[in-house]
Amino acid sequence: MSFSATKLAQPLTLNTTALITKQEGLEVYEDMVLGRTFEDMCAQMYYRGKMFGFVHLYNGQEAVSTGFIKLLKKEDSVASTYRDHVHALSKGVSARAVMSELFGKKTGCCRGQGGSMHMFSKEHNVLGGFAFIGEGIPVATGAAFTSKYRREVLKEADCDHVTVAFFGDGTCNNGQFFECLNMAALWKLPIIFVVENNLWAIGMSHLRATSDPEIWKKGPAFGMPGVHVDGMDVLKVREVAKEAIGRARRGEGPTLVECETYRFRGHSLADPDELRDPAEKAHYAARDPITALKKYLLENNLASEPELKAIDKRIDELIEDAVEFADESPFPARSQLLENVFADPKGFGIGPDGRYRCEDPKFTEGTAHV
Amino acid sequence: MAATSLRRFGRSLCWVSRRGLSTSCDDKVVQQNGKSMNLYSAINQALHIALETDTRAYVFGEDVGFGGVFRCTTGLADRFGKSRVFNTPLCEQGIIGFAIGLAAMGNRAIAEIQFADYIFPAFDQIVNEAAKFRYRSGNQFNCGGLTIRAPYGAVGHGGHYHSQSPEAFFCHIPGIKVVIPRSPHQAKGLLLSCIRDPNPIVFFEPKWLYRLAVEEVPEHDFMLPLSEAEVVREGSDITLLGWGAQLSIMEQACLDAEKEGISCELIDLKTLIPWDKETVESSVRKTGRLLISHEAPVTGGFGAEISASIVERCFSRLEAPVARVCGLDTPFPLIFEPFYMPTKNKILDAIKSTVNY
Repeated sequence: MSFSATKLAQPLTLNTTALITKQEGLEVYEDMVLGRTFEDMCAQMYYRGKMFGFVHLYNGQEAVSTGFIKLLKKEDSVASTYRDHVHALSKGVSARAVMSELFGKKTGCCRGQGGSMHMFSKEHNVLGGFAFIGEGIPVATGAAFTSKYRREVLKEADCDHVTVAFFGDGTCNNGQFFECLNMAALWKLPIIFVVENNLWAIGMSHLRATSDPEIWKKGPAFGMPGVHVDGMDVLKVREVAKEAIGRARRGEGPTLVECETYRFRGHSLADPDELRDPAEKAHYAARDPITALKKYLLENNLASEPELKAIDKRIDELIEDAVEFADESPFPARSQLLENVFADPKGFGIGPDGRYRCEDPKFTEGTAHV
Repeated sequence: MAATSLRRFGRSLCWVSRRGLSTSCDDKVVQQNGKSMNLYSAINQALHIALETDTRAYVFGEDVGFGGVFRCTTGLADRFGKSRVFNTPLCEQGIIGFAIGLAAMGNRAIAEIQFADYIFPAFDQIVNEAAKFRYRSGNQFNCGGLTIRAPYGAVGHGGHYHSQSPEAFFCHIPGIKVVIPRSPHQAKGLLLSCIRDPNPIVFFEPKWLYRLAVEEVPEHDFMLPLSEAEVVREGSDITLLGWGAQLSIMEQACLDAEKEGISCELIDLKTLIPWDKETVESSVRKTGRLLISHEAPVTGGFGAEISASIVERCFSRLEAPVARVCGLDTPFPLIFEPFYMPTKNKILDAIKSTVNY
């Protein structure tokens, strides 16, 4: 073990000088701008009635998604929450596929089957958005067990895959969080628990909801390092992420990372966001992680203004394209309603005549048995 | 449930006249001519075969490492190693969530919930994740490799929290299959089918029968089809339908009814979801009468669903209302268990009143 739990029972202070190369800096910047621009477009599309259901935006928290996920390999897995669009984008799912999913279109990453809170990608190992708090944590724990088993028991030497589970401060008062910290530490699983502490669980302040608001301290209590990091600073997040991912990859077990961050919008697009103090919002708005990174890149001569503007423009075009693509894509066929409830739709979606029951004219007359 | 003398049932199933069920570590398995075995041994054999035939199959849960409180996992850890057969902490929600993740990565996750009564902390994961994983991911991921085993039902002295039959809750969740065996032979064949079925399944084992039910079970690897009910006894006056441990009680009622000149057809449903409507329907079309019996409370029990479906399908053929002889609408009682249970005599009374309607 590279460091002991006791040593890590202190918040880390990190020196961020020369933390990033020019190429990395531009990649990180692009991913954060992608997340922000995508979510702003979602808000527009939601208010235009293009997407439905509950839509939770990630604005303000980009440093966490980018900081962790951009360091992962394609084979590494990510389990997200209901605020999952940007995690999927960072992991490599195309903006087209995510936008189409939000529009409920056939070309969406889950064929329009899930919608906002249900981003999955087999190709990119996105293990799903989880609409209920905490539910992704044990699923991620099971995935992490698989990597460990493949490497240590099946002797697949190249299987050093890690799993990152993202969740919020509200979830840290949920039993599944504690159950999985225990199992992951007990079995030394290659998993990183990333708390995106945005200070608010819908309308409940973290400080009012939690007996000891310093979530990172719960890591050492379970025998794993707990790290506290400024979640508005992508470079600091990256440093902590590197350490935690490396630890998991080396087979040294899990890490709990608390990223202190802030969401710039309401809990969901249905939330008028009247509860939070305007002064608090202004305080964090002034610490916008994208603005901060931009400043760092320029001050350290890692990028020029035109270079960054070119990225902004490219992302704008990418998002425009994603919207057009989603808009023009077809809705799924009605038969999709009945598919994938079970592995074999016979007897459910498919009737004895081998045809989808929903294609029977009586299907919409209220008399059909499915 | 009265202690009964040795009787034959279904596929040469014998009922040993012993009441109650010990959870102590008694390994004296009742064995006759090498193939006769009790229900927990049949489960144990199925698990051995499942792990033997699929290197990416795992068995885990509370206490399974030392064999489990009902001995169903005896010897597995020694044989297959602690990486594949292991104890979990006592956290049912975490266990099932973990199992879903394991299954989603292409494994066969065989999770044990120590008693069906303990499954409720995991209900959320089963309802919201296991059942919907394939659906909401557009078939990119699935947890079809997941099988949840849990002992259910009365045991003579279990009281409120070691006797319940929660099967109906799981029949209300599209995406989950529910299977309950009635005997050792059935348990082995059905469990192997469940483990290998590409859907998540909740497999309830009748704990009263773990040691009491003994019958000949083939030693080899075999599977029994899911979603196929079995007519275990043919008759012409009334159809009796049940599952799990209740089958033996219904069988006794059939024999008593026969003495009074009533010919009962007895069906073991075996798979509750998706259930074999056709077999039940064709039997009811023949007899014109249906009686359903289960240990779970009558209100909202799975018998209600069967009753509604059969009334829809066979309304004009029915000669009497569908009868339900089930548990009472009370918490599962301790000292009043005999009053709560759908006993042979209650079933016999219902058979007579239905036939004479």
